[in-house]
Amino acid sequence: MTIGLTHYLSVAAILFTIGVFGIFVNRKNIIVILMSIELILLAVNINLVAFSVYLHNVVGQIFAMFVLTVAAAEAAVGLAILVTFFRNRGDIAVDDVSMMKG
Amino acid sequence: MALAIAFYLLAAVTVGSGFAVVSSRNPVHSVLFLILSFFSAAGLFVTLGAEFLAMLLVVVYVGAVAVLFLFVVMMLDVDFAALRQGFARYMPLGGLVAGILAIEMIVVATAVSTQGAARLNDTPTVHTDVSNAETIGRVLYTDYVYFFQAAGLVLLVAMIGAIVLTLRHKPGVRRQVIADQVARGPKSGMRIVQIKSGQGIDQ
Repeated sequence: MTIGLTHYLSVAAILFTIGVFGIFVNRKNIIVILMSIELILLAVNINLVAFSVYLHNVVGQIFAMFVLTVAAAEAAVGLAILVTFFRNRGDIAVDDVSMMKG
Repeated sequence: MALAIAFYLLAAVTVGSGFAVVSSRNPVHSVLFLILSFFSAAGLFVTLGAEFLAMLLVVVYVGAVAVLFLFVVMMLDVDFAALRQGFARYMPLGGLVAGILAIEMIVVATAVSTQGAARLNDTPTVHTDVSNAETIGRVLYTDYVYFFQAAGLVLLVAMIGAIVLTLRHKPGVRRQVIADQVARGPKSGMRIVQIKSGQGIDQ
């Protein structure tokens, strides 16, 4: 029983799908949406690292590092926006985000 | 054989805790499952031979991002039960879309790994005397040095943005002004009054 590239890609695919599913079913809860995005980015990282290792090319791991950087920045800014929104509204219901419209 | 057991264990924990993240009722549990998911994904990276990224994942995600999530979830006083309404309504459609997406992606992954560019490389890592971190460093600081700087800039902008968004000045808060304290001397700090006897001093 050898573990090949297919196994890692399948794990990444399932994790990506779980992230998409999480965005689908938790449409009101923006904290869980942000966590789902983190899961999706983790799946992308697994893909990049698996291909990097099996193609014997380290560039994939460097790209995974950049994805990690952007994911960290995105989480920080997203949570900061969330905190500001909560201060202004006293709630984090995403339905009311369009209040500034018009 | 040991590698296969480790892979299946770590993959099962990653996928299972990933599902628990999106389906948990309590968002604090979601964050804790997210930490578990990242941790086992780091284990998967170790089985692949990418130790540096595994450690980076543990330090950056488990140490910083997940704790940030935990901090925000515990700081916001929100009725999370109300945010869960619609969960059962979107469940069938979401499950259908997710199932189709997963099957398609696994089919594509199988095709890519059996017939794509990696079909000839069935050995994952070539063990050399150069460590994984050194290999990454040799490429990152030469060919990708500008991208590395740009990543630093992204983090700087994100940090400034987060501070600007969350910083607020409350009116009426008395702050220490060091310049005023240093500039205070005998002239401004005290006054000499002549007190008439029997009258006391007025404020």
